[in-house]
Amino acid sequence: MKKRASRPIPVAVQTLTKGDFTSDQDVRWCPGCGDYSILAQTQRILPDLGIPKEDFVFISGIGCSSRFPYYMNTYGFHTIHGRAPTIAAGVKASNPDLSVWVITGDGDALSIGGNHFIHLMRRNLDINVLLFNNRIYGLTKGQYSPTSEQGKKTYSTPMGSIDNPFNPISLALASGATFVARSLDRDPEHLRSVIKSAFDHKGTSFIEIYQNCNVYNDGAFFTYTEKETKAENTVFLEHGEPLVFGKDGDKGICLNGFKPEVVSLSDGTHSNGDLITHDQFTEDRTLAYFLSRMTEVPGLPHPIGIFRSVEHPCYEEMMTEQINTAKERMGDGDLDALLNEGDTWVVE
Amino acid sequence: MKKQKQSIEEATILFASDSGGGAQSIGTQMTEASAIAGNDVATLPDYPAEIRAPAGSLAGISGFQLRFSSLTIHTPGDLCDVLVAMNPAALKVNIDKLKPNGILIVDTDNFAPRNLRLAGYSSNPLEDGSLTQFQVFPIELTRLTREALKDTGLTQREVDRCKNFYALGMVCWMYNRPMDYAFQWLKEKFATKPQYIEANTLALKAGNIYCEVTEQFATSYEIKPAKFAPGKYRNIEGNMATALGLVAASQKSGLQLVYGSYPITPASTILHELARYRNFGVKTMQMEDEIAAVGVAIGAAFSGALGATGSSGPGIALKAEAINLAMIAELPMVVCNIQRAGPSTGMPTKTEQADLLQMFYGRNGESPLPVIAASRPSDCFETVYEACRIAIKYMTPVIFMSDLYIAFGAEPWLIPHVSDLPAIDVDFPTDTNGFEPYLRDETTLARPWAIPGTPGLEHRIGGLEKADISGNVSYDPDNHEKMVHLRAEKVARIADDLPPTEIFGESSGELLVLSWGGTFGAVRTAVEHKQAESKSVSHVHLRYLNPLPKEVGDIMQGFKRVLIPELNLGQLRLLIRAEYLVDAAGLNKIQGQPFHVFEIESKIDEMLRGDV
Repeated sequence: MKKRASRPIPVAVQTLTKGDFTSDQDVRWCPGCGDYSILAQTQRILPDLGIPKEDFVFISGIGCSSRFPYYMNTYGFHTIHGRAPTIAAGVKASNPDLSVWVITGDGDALSIGGNHFIHLMRRNLDINVLLFNNRIYGLTKGQYSPTSEQGKKTYSTPMGSIDNPFNPISLALASGATFVARSLDRDPEHLRSVIKSAFDHKGTSFIEIYQNCNVYNDGAFFTYTEKETKAENTVFLEHGEPLVFGKDGDKGICLNGFKPEVVSLSDGTHSNGDLITHDQFTEDRTLAYFLSRMTEVPGLPHPIGIFRSVEHPCYEEMMTEQINTAKERMGDGDLDALLNEGDTWVVE
Repeated sequence: MKKQKQSIEEATILFASDSGGGAQSIGTQMTEASAIAGNDVATLPDYPAEIRAPAGSLAGISGFQLRFSSLTIHTPGDLCDVLVAMNPAALKVNIDKLKPNGILIVDTDNFAPRNLRLAGYSSNPLEDGSLTQFQVFPIELTRLTREALKDTGLTQREVDRCKNFYALGMVCWMYNRPMDYAFQWLKEKFATKPQYIEANTLALKAGNIYCEVTEQFATSYEIKPAKFAPGKYRNIEGNMATALGLVAASQKSGLQLVYGSYPITPASTILHELARYRNFGVKTMQMEDEIAAVGVAIGAAFSGALGATGSSGPGIALKAEAINLAMIAELPMVVCNIQRAGPSTGMPTKTEQADLLQMFYGRNGESPLPVIAASRPSDCFETVYEACRIAIKYMTPVIFMSDLYIAFGAEPWLIPHVSDLPAIDVDFPTDTNGFEPYLRDETTLARPWAIPGTPGLEHRIGGLEKADISGNVSYDPDNHEKMVHLRAEKVARIADDLPPTEIFGESSGELLVLSWGGTFGAVRTAVEHKQAESKSVSHVHLRYLNPLPKEVGDIMQGFKRVLIPELNLGQLRLLIRAEYLVDAAGLNKIQGQPFHVFEIESKIDEMLRGDV
């Protein structure tokens, strides 16, 4: 894993705890909401990241997940529906020293903010995006979302949704995101490790988090998050490792033509060498994209983990570079000279 | 033959060609040459939205009107002394703008049957006697240019593209303008294509010599320099002045300028200008849409930069929700609305001032924002600078209004000294003791600008209603009402901070003409003319629209009647009537064109006679 240049950790920072990142506001999500876990894991991991508390900025749009900044004792901005990526871009471009986080949901990021989402991904500012995907509109009380499965019956689709859902991982990859991962609200350890990796990644980091809405879409992801079914229905991506899954590690994913296929590792027909080996650092997006489509093939496990992690120049760095180049070429801006530029004449 | 030189006070020339035919560039050259010669100048570029409409068609005609004078002027002139029409369509579209006995120069080589048909002429106007009231100069411009450039080795197509400079050479002769500036400009413009420098230079000289040697042109004109206040001048367009004003505010405040924008006519050239100033640390961000453009400005403001965004009416409509967020978050930001003719897409390359109520009221809830408007191209500098000052001092988004007419118009600008610009003080608090995100300054009611990166001042803001002082989310009924009043009061208090309103003319009398925005020039000129006729009429031009200067109500009381000319259906009039219960009359024009001076004069006459 490529790390950002480590900076010295101030003594005060080393002593930060989860409590330091907890604001004095009462958390007002429904009891049992998956958001609690994501909040807790974030608050637990931030003290380990080695940067002063005042340098964190959490920016959100609208929706249940977007209340998140109010509960963080950091700088925070609860903005408007779908627009958090734009405001985050303004913050990061203005002050590249800040650690900027976007908290969003499936409706916020992929419906009303879809345009900003794809453009944030392609610009590659060093911003971390946590998308809480619960496949439903919670705050507006239960309408289908752009990740809801076709046929879903909700208040706004009594006969079933006729929309095709987005695949957030595919969308992020297609938009050129340099860090793309998936994690689970009910797997705290994995979630923390992915958040840490996203932070370490220089460039836009995107994490889709399967999050349970126990009021309007309870159990949407239980197949992938609950003990009884998780092992058989998820495959955890590890760089350099073959795609092995199953309770007993007895299944794998291999490539049959252009199709992923589940094979048995216990019946003697296949071994690890036949399986797809994960490579999150490869520049080519094909493998990551291929893995992202697995969720759309019935019978295949959902990949969890880091799909892609490659380093590209960051927008804000290139901006700074242009400013430095311009200063080298033309000197520091001189306002008097600028106002007097071009053809002038003097009236006595 | 002996040529005569005649001294005249002023002249107005209109260059018209197919768009892409060079009317804009020779118009600009003539403007620069006239400004440097010491004349007062005013320009009116007028072109279609289509980049290249079919050649020779009426829809594709691009015009550039230039007035230069030995007197102080405020408008590009109602009618023209000279029309240079490069084809029949250019003639047809513009002939109504030529004064009786005005000079008409046409390229006769372009008056073939096909071009006449395209322009909708059933007979050739050069032959059918329809132009007898003008002094017509039929010139074989195409043939003469080809002749002059025959040794350049350029293709005929390339040669024909130099025709506009042949015409410029002629006009330079007619008005005794030196051509050095144009030579220099060509050298810079075609630095990588020296063959074009040579060709256009040849065309320019040939056009000039043509007038010198042919008997067609017997008289040239001299226009003495205008009287200007002493100082150093340059010629400036409104959008350029706006860009410079933003940079100046950034430099004086010590804040980096972050300008988010999405291309839109007529605001794009502000983005182009600012993009050139990376060495001033200016960060321009061309975003995916209008909302993203204002989003980055808000993010910049939140993190302690001078955030600004610019657009025109349709784009501002898209930004409205985000502007409202900045309003309730009480972040300083400047929103530039360079108005164009609406509604909807409207007429993107035509001027209008019909967005005033949009800027006042085009957001949900009670959303008071300061609104200020520039009056002329050079005034954009000071006005946008003032917008930045107010935004930072009062912690609020400020609406800066301009319009296409002044954005693209040019005039001489007395370059200010940087040291004379008002100070813009920025205070980023660092003291954690007693810090509250919505604890206000007693005088201005501004909240503290505590920026990320400041230890101990971590806080959350957002679009949900804020509890007074703490800034926490609040649904408390009394708190909501209090906050609505506080935000309104904060904007209202800006009125304590405004310079006195200047009355042009007597402070009482028969008629007060009250105006705002880009109509300044036409209104001021009309009032000057009427005052010269000893009519009892005065003029107040408003830069500050919200809040209005405190004395506006009293000023109006000094006059029997009030006239508000606007390029809309009476938007300022609506506000003035509502605020002061004054029965102001309107003069309203919605044609995508600025006022003519005579239109305002005749309205003034009517009102003074008591006809209306």
